[in-house]
Amino acid sequence: MSRGLRSPFVALGLAVALAVTAGCVGEAPSGGAASGDTIKVGVLHSLSGTMAISEVTVRDAELLAIEEINAAGGVLGKKLEPVVEDGASDWPTFAEKAQKLISQDRVATVFGGWTSASRKAMLPVFERNRALLWYPVQYEGLESSPYIFYTGATTNQQIVPGLDYLREQGKKKVFLVGSDYVFPRTANKIIKAYAAANGMEIVGEEYTPLGHTEYSTVVNKLGQARPDAVFNTLNGDSNVAFFKALRGAGITADAMPTVSVSVAEEEVAGIGPDNIAGHLVAWNYYQTTPGAANQTFVAAFKARYGANKVTSDPMEAGYNAVKLWAAAVAKAGTTETEAVKAAAKGIALDLPEGTVTIDGENQHVFKTARIGLVQPDGQIREVWNSGQPIKPDPYLKGYSWATGLS
Amino acid sequence: MFLVVALLLLAAPALLPAFRLELLAKWLCYAIVAVGIHLAWGRGGMLTLGQGVFFGLGGYAMGMHLKLADAGPGALPDFMVWSGVETLPALWAPFRDPVFALAMVVVLPTVTALLLGTLVFRQRVRGAYFAVLSQALAAAFVILLVGQQGLTGGTNGLTNVRYFFGLDLYDPAGKRIVYYLVLGALLAVFLAAWQLSRSRLGRLLVAVRDGEDRVRFLGYDPAVVKTLVYAVSAAMAGIAGALFVPVVGILGPADLGVVPSLEMLVAVAIGGRFSLGGAIGGAVLYHYASTGLSETFPSAWTYLQGALFIAVMLWAPRGLAGLLASGLSLLRRRRASPPAAPAPEEVPA
Repeated sequence: MSRGLRSPFVALGLAVALAVTAGCVGEAPSGGAASGDTIKVGVLHSLSGTMAISEVTVRDAELLAIEEINAAGGVLGKKLEPVVEDGASDWPTFAEKAQKLISQDRVATVFGGWTSASRKAMLPVFERNRALLWYPVQYEGLESSPYIFYTGATTNQQIVPGLDYLREQGKKKVFLVGSDYVFPRTANKIIKAYAAANGMEIVGEEYTPLGHTEYSTVVNKLGQARPDAVFNTLNGDSNVAFFKALRGAGITADAMPTVSVSVAEEEVAGIGPDNIAGHLVAWNYYQTTPGAANQTFVAAFKARYGANKVTSDPMEAGYNAVKLWAAAVAKAGTTETEAVKAAAKGIALDLPEGTVTIDGENQHVFKTARIGLVQPDGQIREVWNSGQPIKPDPYLKGYSWATGLS
Repeated sequence: MFLVVALLLLAAPALLPAFRLELLAKWLCYAIVAVGIHLAWGRGGMLTLGQGVFFGLGGYAMGMHLKLADAGPGALPDFMVWSGVETLPALWAPFRDPVFALAMVVVLPTVTALLLGTLVFRQRVRGAYFAVLSQALAAAFVILLVGQQGLTGGTNGLTNVRYFFGLDLYDPAGKRIVYYLVLGALLAVFLAAWQLSRSRLGRLLVAVRDGEDRVRFLGYDPAVVKTLVYAVSAAMAGIAGALFVPVVGILGPADLGVVPSLEMLVAVAIGGRFSLGGAIGGAVLYHYASTGLSETFPSAWTYLQGALFIAVMLWAPRGLAGLLASGLSLLRRRRASPPAAPAPEEVPA
């Protein structure tokens, strides 16, 4: 009896004792963000799991920006020290790692996230700790946390211009294809409201699970509905299967162009330029965007990570986030959150996509909308832009057709 | 030994910073699931690859109530607002009542497991077929949750849970109370499993595992035994899920699908599925290792974790608890030079 009783307790005891003591040891006192010779900053992206393929590129761009700042002497005379964590494509893990970066590493700010789900998971952590998150990816809007800076596009800087472009081109019948999660669903809600107000007709709406790779059914439905254009909010791998199925069915970009909002240079390489050439994408930055700042950025990125690497919109937005934060800290003279927030208002920098200004009202940035045409070499050529940076409007308050959406 | 563990766990809030305490509470939630898996798989031989479903049912029952309570009377939870839902879905309305929600935490997983168990075990589905079936259930459950965004929050799940029956979860004091709740639940579940294993039902269960047909010839119905224990293990997963919500503040399909369900099982395998303490220790150790390794090696930790699992499966198929027990008995045999009659090993077929 005694043996039967003891052995499980021994195992349990050892494990728990190990965990508790390790927890204590792991909590070595850290110097605080701005003490010592360095300023710690958190970099929190998925380095494993389904999102890793996209998020690793953003991490690389952010680390490049940190290295550039350090090479130029750092911020407030101190070098930046990145603390990299893996969000593992798992939303509670993002929250856990964010908390770890804030309370254990005492980072001055965090750059991170990609999916809306990861942002929604991290939002309460940053609000609760009064710490700053810089979120670098275009998203579905309807959010404006006082502790998040959004350096990617909100809907009125990407989706609405995409629709404007289709309307100008005389496309009346639109089919919606998207992955089944919050961004495509919210985006499509906005698209439907826009269509209703602008005499466009939505002839179909299809959602497939994230990671889905069987698109013959959807393509069949497209063939039957014969829309003038397809608005594509599929994410990740699904795009590969979708564009292959589209091409396999003999549907050309001329007959039925698609506008994609989650396909950038990185994804074009994965899909295969042959399969997607001639289709449209909507972003705020392309590797081909003209300007000296972008030439420097692309050259620096290739020099650091390899000549065959491409740069894309989310990477550029992540790079911008680091530069904007550093400028705000330099202006504030401290890394203290409230001071940085106040200093960030109205900061304008010349960045790869052009002049980027932070809107103090909602902590988004002004961005020029750009519609691009995918080229056979995998690059994207701009065919239309909004002429000037568009003021961010995450709740679409400035659009009469959008009342009732939020 | 038990005393040392109990004291350490009781003193943890004083020893650990708030952030680490929150993590420990999360691991203890997984330990509660592990107790259920120990019963179903270790004792009963039911390879259940879908505990995430029951974890999720309990978790959503709790989460729905907490989101409604956070929103306040007459208002909608935040995710419904951005998903375009204008009136509260009928499915949600009864969860405003805390008593109903708390009951559902246990009732939903139990009833689901009873139904499934009755259907499956009566048809004498077992082994790999049962494993595949339970895993398919987990996959289907996640697709359902993701597809019903207005009802369940979709891929985001339920996020930003701030209050737990009046406790402010942003406040370290609130976190401490929740930690003790989890600890209390773990103790209760532990004692229940302990008692069940020693009861008639528990002995029948082991008999069913080792020779189902023989038990049937003796006049017992193995399907009833298995269904009952499967339901108990589901209820435990449900309780763990319900506690996970205030501890972590988020619950979504990412915590409930095939991979997290497998992780729950792998943790128990590492700790030792035949030992109650091993299962609990395994769950804590596994998740501790995930956190520790991923903090130290953010780019390579998944490989290390995989290597750890392979090492345990190769050299300690009965888990760490089995390894420890063999080590102890070896020591004892050495010490007592004339070897006494070997203790009856608790090794299954």
